[in-house]
Amino acid sequence: MAEWFQDNSGLLGLALLDGLASAGLIFLVAVGLNLVFGVLRIVNVAHGSLYAIGAYAAASVGIFFASLGLPAWASLPALFIAAALVGVVLGPLIERFILRRIYGQEEVLQLLVTFALFMILEDVQKLIWGVQPVQHDVAMRYLGTFDVPFAGDVVPFTAYQLFVLPGVALVVLVGLAWFLRRTLTGRVIVAVTTDREAATAMGIDARRVFLLTFTFGAILAALGGALSSPTGAIVPGIGPQTIVLSFAVVATAGLGQTEGAALTALMIGLGRSIAVYFEPELEVVVPYIIMLAVLLVRPQGLFGTTTTRRI
Amino acid sequence: MRRFETLLGLAAAVLMVVAAILAPWLKFVLTIALAKGIAVIGIMLLLRAGQVSFGHAVFIGLSAYAVAFLAPAVPEALVLLIAGTAVATVSGLLIGLFVSRYREIFFGMLNLALSMVIYSVLEKFYSITKGTDGIRVELPRFAGMALERADFEWAIFALALVLAIGFALFARLYLASPMGQALSAIKTRETRLEFMGVPARQVLLSAYVLSALMGGVAGALIAMTTRHVTPLLAYWTASGELVFIAILGGAGSVLGPFLGAVTFELVRIYAGAAVADAWQMILGGVLLAVILFAPGGLWGMIQGALRRRAAP
Amino acid sequence: MTDQPSLSRRGLLAGAAAAVPGAVLMQGSDANAQAQKPAELKIGITTFLSGPASVFGVPGKQAAEMMIDEINKAGGIGGVRLRAYFVDEAPGTEHLVGEFRRLVQSEGVHVMLASISSGSCLACTPLSKDLQKTTILWDCATQRIFEEGPQPFAFRSQGFATPEVLAPLLYLLKTKPDFRTMAVINQDYAWGRDSWEMWRAGMEALKPGVRVVAELFPRLGAPDYTTEITRLLAARPDVIFSGHWGGDLVTLARQAAERRLFERSLFVLPVAEASLPILGRTFPAGHIIGTRGDHWNNHPRPKDPARLKALNDAYRARFNEPVIYPVHHMVQAFNALKAAYDKALAAKGGAWPNDAELAAAFRGLTFDSPTSTITLREDGQGLEDQIVGLSTHVDSTPYAIPKDMVIFPAAMVSTPVGMKSVDWLKSLKPDILGQVPAPIAG
Repeated sequence: MAEWFQDNSGLLGLALLDGLASAGLIFLVAVGLNLVFGVLRIVNVAHGSLYAIGAYAAASVGIFFASLGLPAWASLPALFIAAALVGVVLGPLIERFILRRIYGQEEVLQLLVTFALFMILEDVQKLIWGVQPVQHDVAMRYLGTFDVPFAGDVVPFTAYQLFVLPGVALVVLVGLAWFLRRTLTGRVIVAVTTDREAATAMGIDARRVFLLTFTFGAILAALGGALSSPTGAIVPGIGPQTIVLSFAVVATAGLGQTEGAALTALMIGLGRSIAVYFEPELEVVVPYIIMLAVLLVRPQGLFGTTTTRRI
Repeated sequence: MRRFETLLGLAAAVLMVVAAILAPWLKFVLTIALAKGIAVIGIMLLLRAGQVSFGHAVFIGLSAYAVAFLAPAVPEALVLLIAGTAVATVSGLLIGLFVSRYREIFFGMLNLALSMVIYSVLEKFYSITKGTDGIRVELPRFAGMALERADFEWAIFALALVLAIGFALFARLYLASPMGQALSAIKTRETRLEFMGVPARQVLLSAYVLSALMGGVAGALIAMTTRHVTPLLAYWTASGELVFIAILGGAGSVLGPFLGAVTFELVRIYAGAAVADAWQMILGGVLLAVILFAPGGLWGMIQGALRRRAAP
Repeated sequence: MTDQPSLSRRGLLAGAAAAVPGAVLMQGSDANAQAQKPAELKIGITTFLSGPASVFGVPGKQAAEMMIDEINKAGGIGGVRLRAYFVDEAPGTEHLVGEFRRLVQSEGVHVMLASISSGSCLACTPLSKDLQKTTILWDCATQRIFEEGPQPFAFRSQGFATPEVLAPLLYLLKTKPDFRTMAVINQDYAWGRDSWEMWRAGMEALKPGVRVVAELFPRLGAPDYTTEITRLLAARPDVIFSGHWGGDLVTLARQAAERRLFERSLFVLPVAEASLPILGRTFPAGHIIGTRGDHWNNHPRPKDPARLKALNDAYRARFNEPVIYPVHHMVQAFNALKAAYDKALAAKGGAWPNDAELAAAFRGLTFDSPTSTITLREDGQGLEDQIVGLSTHVDSTPYAIPKDMVIFPAAMVSTPVGMKSVDWLKSLKPDILGQVPAPIAG
């Protein structure tokens, strides 16, 4: 075993870097879903659609900026602007006109409403952006590559994937922790997450909290999509694939647990990249194996707390 | 109301037969709809307990693959039906032992995760499962008779109809039985159930295994109707469709799943024919409208219309 | 409560009783019945209109609309105007098979054009036999169709997986034979697995001893290849084979270009063509690229240069996109359709052919595509030439195009009738390299 590690330490090092990059993206998407679930108690299937729309919008804004003649660095803020736009426009629209009408209804109806939205948004994407792959990779190319030494040679990584993706994830993680613990709005959100009835009884305006949280979750989903856009092509169908993985992260992490989502994303990111190096056929099932393993030991998720059962 | 339900069920069955005679392609669609309706009865049982499985298509998939693998060795439709159902039921028991410990979101997500694992396996082990290409099911015998394709399709249609009626009756009895009542209690006040000495986990587990069994029946019927199985049968969106059908039809009656399944298939076909590249949007719109304006589903609408007539 | 089950049991019996005379009433469609000249020629077309493969499906649909308008403007086929019914392949086999039946049995479609995905084709082809309806396989590539038994009503108006893999392999062995190690990165589905199995079989027969240093099968539609590319960079294979297409190829190529993988390894990409316009100058020069046929827009010696140019111009003018291979495949399908009807009409002295006569006209049919002549073999498989070349950049096109192209005659790279592809590839002898035509410079 020890020998195996020695022989493969170089490869494991590379796998660690790969894992970090993909964990950053997984975290960003999952944390928004987790936040929304924690507060609204709705599993938002349309989260994946917001991710896809964020990606498309980022490419569009980037192309628009380029057409204005803005320099290459502008494509970096373009990603964030696009994500904010998508979240601020679609988030309140969906919350106000659709979700608000089904609060307090059966869980299955809430789930299906977002499933319906997901179906509708899939076709909306096609109507707006067509079906040909959309790409805008200026942000990735602008930052260039970073050479990591390996076996007497170098392996180039894109600086974008090595630094920007985990970096943004870290900022969101720390920022969210600060926001939820140190600001009034944040504490209100935590209060609603922990005990909705008590919180509303104390005079918290749940409606405002819901609107705010959903919009914030939508921005995070769109940000995940936007940040993924410089490295990949955006095609129909990226939403459904993203959302399933995020579900696994949320259930593994424990409800509404930001740190749990971060740790789970890290485990899944690393697990998948190590699988690609040593047992590629296992890559797709790694997230689910991790999830099942965690839930067998901790049925409430990594960081979840046991809920008191109603009598 | 129950009498009306029975009469309506009868009328619907006769209508289906007439439609299948008049339009051969409808017979195919109706067979699929009946099969899905059977699977959705299983979903409905779980919904009674307040649990949503977002991975139930996996039982359809497992059974369909069992049929596809066994068909060359045992080309007999009835045996294949039993074999597929058995595979799904046993898998349902194994998975159920695990997931019945969980509730609500965890229940839903675990089902989803397990279904994605099995979907990935079906897709990944190309040398065995032929991956996304899927496996073709050759025409089996039916009750020992070597039938022509058209006659075989009639046989499967009749089988699906008989099974649908059988499972609908069974579900009605089951839901009215103490087991069924206990199921509803899981949704409202589970702990009370246990105070009364009823083991909630076993109640849920038995419903889960039954639902897997119904999924298995559906899977075998679908495999022998389309005669080509692919991993897509077990994908999470297929599971979402089953829940969609359950809500569309309405959970108030065992007729709901069939109303829902037929409507779903027809809407999808006509939406696809009208606007081939935006059918998803139309289906999504229908679903949204049902949830927002008729949360009782089609059955709820029928009920409402009757009540208005009864009390002028 | 107690009386209801018996009521429904009666219903059950009634249902069963009603089903029996139905079986008697039902009559099979008869392909040999006299055919009347229809008011319009109905064509069912299955293609991807949603999901990742719609990058091919929608251009295919657009090409079909264009062809129908063109044929109708010229008076239709045998004086009958064409009308298309499109079906989305994305919802899965069970929906597709139902739609196929509906189109044939309810809409009365005369000919089906089936499918991009191999899975869809494998499901539709047996149906063509069951319903006795001529079905043109317009784009799917799986070699399994005609190798697993005769298909009386199915015809493929284009090439298939085996020549599409063998041609690039021969090109590599002919032009850059000095490689020792190689790797594969393919999408994890039928084409990805099959193409690698065939490549490997052919390579081991023609150049034994190549070491395979990595076999990667990321899932279809993977959004990112960071790890896979790191792995390939670390493994340093001389050659990387990849059957990637669509958005997946765009993602792979962009990340590979940025991380200098293209500088370290020679890529062989049999389905590169459709993604090259989107990749622009990102896709580097000097790699082996294919197009699932011979229809490069800079074909060195097209059969009908004016027609190729007209197609390119008309398609670009109408849809504001460059022509990619699925457009050509759809055009070929319509060319085949028209040629077959003309042949069948001529054989009957102008009388309208029934389904059996139409299918008979397809067997052994020869028709012209804009770039060459395609013949449908006795098993129904089309013989389409393959052109493979080396990517290069020219000032007149904003994206990579091939140079030093080799035109592989279809018969040379296609599995002979009655053989299984992998067996045939294993039996190849190095003298086949001697038959490879010389590259056409420029």
